[in-house]
Amino acid sequence: MSAVPAVPAFSSPDDVATRLEAVGYLTDAATATTVYLAAVLGKPLLLEGPAGVGKTELAKAVATATQSELVRLQCYEGLDEARALYEWNYKKQLLRIQAGAGDGSGDWDAVHDDIFTEEFLLTRPLLTAIRREEPTVLLVDEVDKTDVEVEGLLLEVLSDFQVTIPEMGTITAVRRPFVVLTSNATRELSEAIKRRCLYLHLDYPDAERERAIITSRVPGIAATLADQLVRMVATLRDLELKKSPSIAESVDWAETLIALGVDDLDDDAVRRTLGVVLKHASDHARVTRELKLDRV
Amino acid sequence: MALLERHVDFVEALRRAGLPVSLAEDLDAVRALTALDLTDREAVRTAYAATVVKRPAHRQAFDTLFDLWFPAVRGGPRLGEDPEAEPDGEGGPEADAGHVVTDDGQALADFRDRLAGELEKGAQADLAALAQEAVGRFGPVRGRTPGQQTWSSYNVMSRVQPDTLIEQLLDALSRRFDDDREGVVRERALEGARRRFTALVEAEVRRLTAEERGEEHVAKHAVRPPVEQIDFLRARRVDLDAMRREIYPLARRLAARLARDHHSARRGQLDFRRTVRASVGTGGVPIVTHHRPRRPHKPELVVLCDISGSVAPFAQFTLALVFALREQFTKVRAFTFIDAVTEVSDVFRPGADLGETMTELAASARHAALWGRTSYGRALTQFVEKYPDAITPRTSLLILGDARSNYGDLGLPHLRTMVGAAKHAWLINPESKAMWDTGDSAVSAFAEVLPVVECRNLAQLSEFVHDLA
Repeated sequence: MSAVPAVPAFSSPDDVATRLEAVGYLTDAATATTVYLAAVLGKPLLLEGPAGVGKTELAKAVATATQSELVRLQCYEGLDEARALYEWNYKKQLLRIQAGAGDGSGDWDAVHDDIFTEEFLLTRPLLTAIRREEPTVLLVDEVDKTDVEVEGLLLEVLSDFQVTIPEMGTITAVRRPFVVLTSNATRELSEAIKRRCLYLHLDYPDAERERAIITSRVPGIAATLADQLVRMVATLRDLELKKSPSIAESVDWAETLIALGVDDLDDDAVRRTLGVVLKHASDHARVTRELKLDRV
Repeated sequence: MALLERHVDFVEALRRAGLPVSLAEDLDAVRALTALDLTDREAVRTAYAATVVKRPAHRQAFDTLFDLWFPAVRGGPRLGEDPEAEPDGEGGPEADAGHVVTDDGQALADFRDRLAGELEKGAQADLAALAQEAVGRFGPVRGRTPGQQTWSSYNVMSRVQPDTLIEQLLDALSRRFDDDREGVVRERALEGARRRFTALVEAEVRRLTAEERGEEHVAKHAVRPPVEQIDFLRARRVDLDAMRREIYPLARRLAARLARDHHSARRGQLDFRRTVRASVGTGGVPIVTHHRPRRPHKPELVVLCDISGSVAPFAQFTLALVFALREQFTKVRAFTFIDAVTEVSDVFRPGADLGETMTELAASARHAALWGRTSYGRALTQFVEKYPDAITPRTSLLILGDARSNYGDLGLPHLRTMVGAAKHAWLINPESKAMWDTGDSAVSAFAEVLPVVECRNLAQLSEFVHDLA
């Protein structure tokens, strides 16, 4: 626990909100407070929520706002220690042994000590984040996609911020990274990992924040159009669709409307551009019926 | 140390409500609180939410309890702008509530006007103060002695009648907007505002009751279990709606889990060619072996559901879940019965909307009933006659129902034939085990022919479906 605390921390939740806003990420009070707590308590932050509400963006924004480097570990099924933590460069080691064998000089002990050194170590994101001396944000993206074994590995790294490499000894973080884990909740993460993290459920934003996000992302949009769009999207979310539109889709929609030169979101405009926000045929049919778009 | 006691009490209440709060999380919560401005109630809520609530399903219970233990206002009922009715903080609410006329025709008309004005704003409506006032004015249950005062959200709703207010507003809307779509958007927003008002009224009733009788008393009754834990047979309408919304996320989680299980299950045969190719990169040493993927095992499924009265929602959810996971099965056929059998496989089109499917399914119930009383005997006889080829040696047969045949014939000989023809067979019963073999329930008679599984809620159902696929 001797490591320097995470990123030169924020001074208050409000400070988090202003600094994130300065880099283009609009937070709500709960998000700002939770990020602040994660920084102060030095705990990993677990973000859960539907796709496209800005989980990954939040990590990137924190990195930019604190002038830290973002180290990203993208999780996928079958991710293993060699891809997440470190790996020995077999090919290079093999070359070294063969090169040594040629001139007959390499006695085994020397070679053995030589091939397990820094030069032959391939660091992967987790180890990289731990070894960095500059401020770092470690983003472990889509943790729910990994297998349970990787979770075990994360546990060790996230609770002690140290990694043991049998041939080299234990490496302890010089400076604790600010850790963000994201999950789409396709499976329940283990209790152990949840216990070690602060938890934040990011949900669809309220109307006001969504309008602010859209106007900041799509500067050319007229206020009335943004208003109509936000209300429309809120209605769509209320309809129990298979895939409710999230912020990413609202922004896409706004951009589409601007590109098409639409300045009033009337029936016709909605009908033409609905494909931008809805990704299932049945959702499409349902919205057309519920909003009575089929009447011409 | 009042705050510490409050905290310990609160954590205890959370644990009683089923949130697994560990000691480590408890400590985290305290640490988080010390880092924050305690006068900001929402910040305190966030601190607790971040440290002790790790599942979205628990969030509602958490919010209910938080509002009880850390209420935004203290003291008795609020009566809005009426300055003389404002309780002075120390004195009990009952002391002055009796003297002030808070509820008469004039007050009601006036209040409804203000509520309508606010509801009209839809998503931006600020309803908290109005909800408090509504409970203060129209909520008290009459004829209770001081100190025993209780409040009722039913009273509030039947006096204020937000539903008729909404209808009036909608009427006005439809005159103002000839544009259909804009009308629908506004209608939805109004609906949302009404739901929020109802929730706020209920919260205020809980708060006042807690002032009177203590938080523990309210917590015991007010906290609903998370949606996966609600019994199908006891679910209210809102619960059923919540469950329906849960089906797709549940199916997605199940599919992800199944895919992973299939993947990590025993690896297939060694793929010699790929292994040798890969070994070239390491100087001919096969460090990593490659394997052929295994053929997934996909059963054929025949589902036979009792869709009479109370078990209907259970059948619908199970069917919806099974069909949402149809890629996990080679073939799924579904039949419904009350006393006659109809096939409903066609109702479930790939990618169809769940709400519609449910409606269609309910309509098919009419074809499934000749007399309208569940009869396993008649249904099974008919099934064997009408669909003799439905069950093959590769079939897993699921019969959904409560095994209550109105003391009639159970059709066990036919059932035995069906079970004999199928690879596996189960009877899935939505009743709790305690109810089995009571009244006309014939579980043990069925249990002699095929295994009976209890499936009371979504959690048990998804476990069962997972094991099936």
